[in-house]
Amino acid sequence: MAEPLIKVDDVSILFPLGRRLIGQPPMLRAIDHVSLEIPKGSFYGLVGESGSGKTTLGRAMLRAAPITEGTIRYNDGEVDYDIGSIGKAELRDYRRRAQLIFQDPYAALSPRMTVRDIIAEPLEVMGLTKTRAETDARVREIAAKCRLNLEHLRRYPHAFSGGQRQRISIARALVTGPKFVVADESVAALDVSIQADILNLLKTLQRDLDLTFLFISHDLSVVAHVCDFVTVLYHGKIMEQAPTRQLFADPQHEYTKCLLSAIPSLDPDNRQRARVYRPEGETAG
Amino acid sequence: MTETPLVEVENLTIQFKTDEGLITAVENVNFHIMPGEVLGLVGESGSGKSVTAKSLMRLNGDNTVYAPGSHIRLNVPGKAPLEVLEIKRESQMIQIRGGAISMIFQEPMASFAPALTIGKQMVEQLQLHTDMSKKQATELSIEMLDRVGITEPSRRINQYAFEFSGGMRQRAMIAMALSTKPKMLIADEPTTALDVTIQAQVIDLMKDLVAEFGMGILFITHDLGVIAQTADRVAVMYLGRIMESGPVREVIRRPAHAYTQGLLNALPKLDDLDAPLTPIAGDIPSPLERPRGCVFHPRNPTLQPGSRYETEVPPMSEVSPGHFAALFPEDIPGAA
Repeated sequence: MAEPLIKVDDVSILFPLGRRLIGQPPMLRAIDHVSLEIPKGSFYGLVGESGSGKTTLGRAMLRAAPITEGTIRYNDGEVDYDIGSIGKAELRDYRRRAQLIFQDPYAALSPRMTVRDIIAEPLEVMGLTKTRAETDARVREIAAKCRLNLEHLRRYPHAFSGGQRQRISIARALVTGPKFVVADESVAALDVSIQADILNLLKTLQRDLDLTFLFISHDLSVVAHVCDFVTVLYHGKIMEQAPTRQLFADPQHEYTKCLLSAIPSLDPDNRQRARVYRPEGETAG
Repeated sequence: MTETPLVEVENLTIQFKTDEGLITAVENVNFHIMPGEVLGLVGESGSGKSVTAKSLMRLNGDNTVYAPGSHIRLNVPGKAPLEVLEIKRESQMIQIRGGAISMIFQEPMASFAPALTIGKQMVEQLQLHTDMSKKQATELSIEMLDRVGITEPSRRINQYAFEFSGGMRQRAMIAMALSTKPKMLIADEPTTALDVTIQAQVIDLMKDLVAEFGMGILFITHDLGVIAQTADRVAVMYLGRIMESGPVREVIRRPAHAYTQGLLNALPKLDDLDAPLTPIAGDIPSPLERPRGCVFHPRNPTLQPGSRYETEVPPMSEVSPGHFAALFPEDIPGAA
């Protein structure tokens, strides 16, 4: 297996529930002693239902959520960062190396900026390019890679469909030349025909640009098709970790089995009832 | 077949007046639903499936234009047939909405009023549609909540929507929609906002209730897997037109129309992880630039340039008994 790009070691993330005048408020354990390694160049799936902590964990890797216990390390061969205690200058550099693609392409793009300005913004904010010509060249290069029509760069996002908008958000995320990309439910809001297009695009970009993806999703069938390795989260804990094929062919944990059985089968003659997961000591709502 | 359909939709064409002009959302749609039958309506965003469903209850906005010749006929057993589009008075619609037809919406979070208890909302609509006393209505509501698997219903009924989880809210919504014993249920993406495990529970619940109450259901979703699991028949919509319809097995196993085939090829399948995901070529056109002829022709890779689909609207041709596709007869698979 390739060297890990991201190494999550026994991480817990706690959020306070409200405030108390005196003493500590009760804490919510969003992530509970999670360890995982994302190999360089992999398409790594993080699967779970709402409230499983998958987004929180993804954000922690980008230093966008606090890490309460444990460590997350990023090592791409050039730099080695401890994300939890990273300094200001290093964080600025890390922002360039690690990027996020959002879920909703309608909410993620400013309606008042042209597509060119949206894609160029990270370069300008981080001061990665010196001249406008250099910025433009970089924007055009990445837009072409994301299969955007270069004539569209002068338009505003409202003129685009969901699939085209998602390609714009991808271009924006990749314009700084990151090594690590977190795609948080990046196809969940799209229709199936567009979803297939975006998934194929992400896979192509991963190969061409040598990217490592953390692919966060609730949709097991999508994860099965694009990811090399999967971690299943439930209530902040890891239920199962395995190479994708192995996980789908031979799930070990009862929760994974329930999740798999809950996917509606395309076969009308296979109308079996889904298994209901009941962890010990808990009752299903 | 001697039974009368519960709902007959004929030549339904729906347009919206907007600042940019008249937009056609639904064009020449025909379908019917028998008592006890689940008709699945599948389509992507902008296909007009929700607009179609809302028209059955006249829930579309004030800028809606129903083209002349559009018919929605409601045949409630024991009552005179009703032309829904010809109803003038709002008071008559109220008897249909929630009485003869109930609807479940996509967002269980937004479907309940936040400041009233679940019970108050359930009892209120029962009193509106039936002549039950408040006590009877409360008892029935508790019973229905129990039936959809909500534990401690007599305590839960006095809670507010925010105290329910997403799955519970959707189940409470179903309990509420079914408590008036409607003849017809419209379920608009009822499981889309839910987690898969909850979705599976809701689907199982709906199947049980259909078997017991025998109502007709119009089940709207973008998910062909959900359709395969719930529907008896399916209609596939694209840009406001039905592209293909028929028994769910036939349509999913032997899709005749290129659009249905495209949808199935784009879908990730768990039993074949190596199958490539093939997107449908091109983008959905803007509603203001509706293609002539077959609305799908600009994205249909099987057509030769200059084909008659570019200018002529294909009829619904029968592929096999009960299975129709918007194709010219010579393009029916197996036709000579």
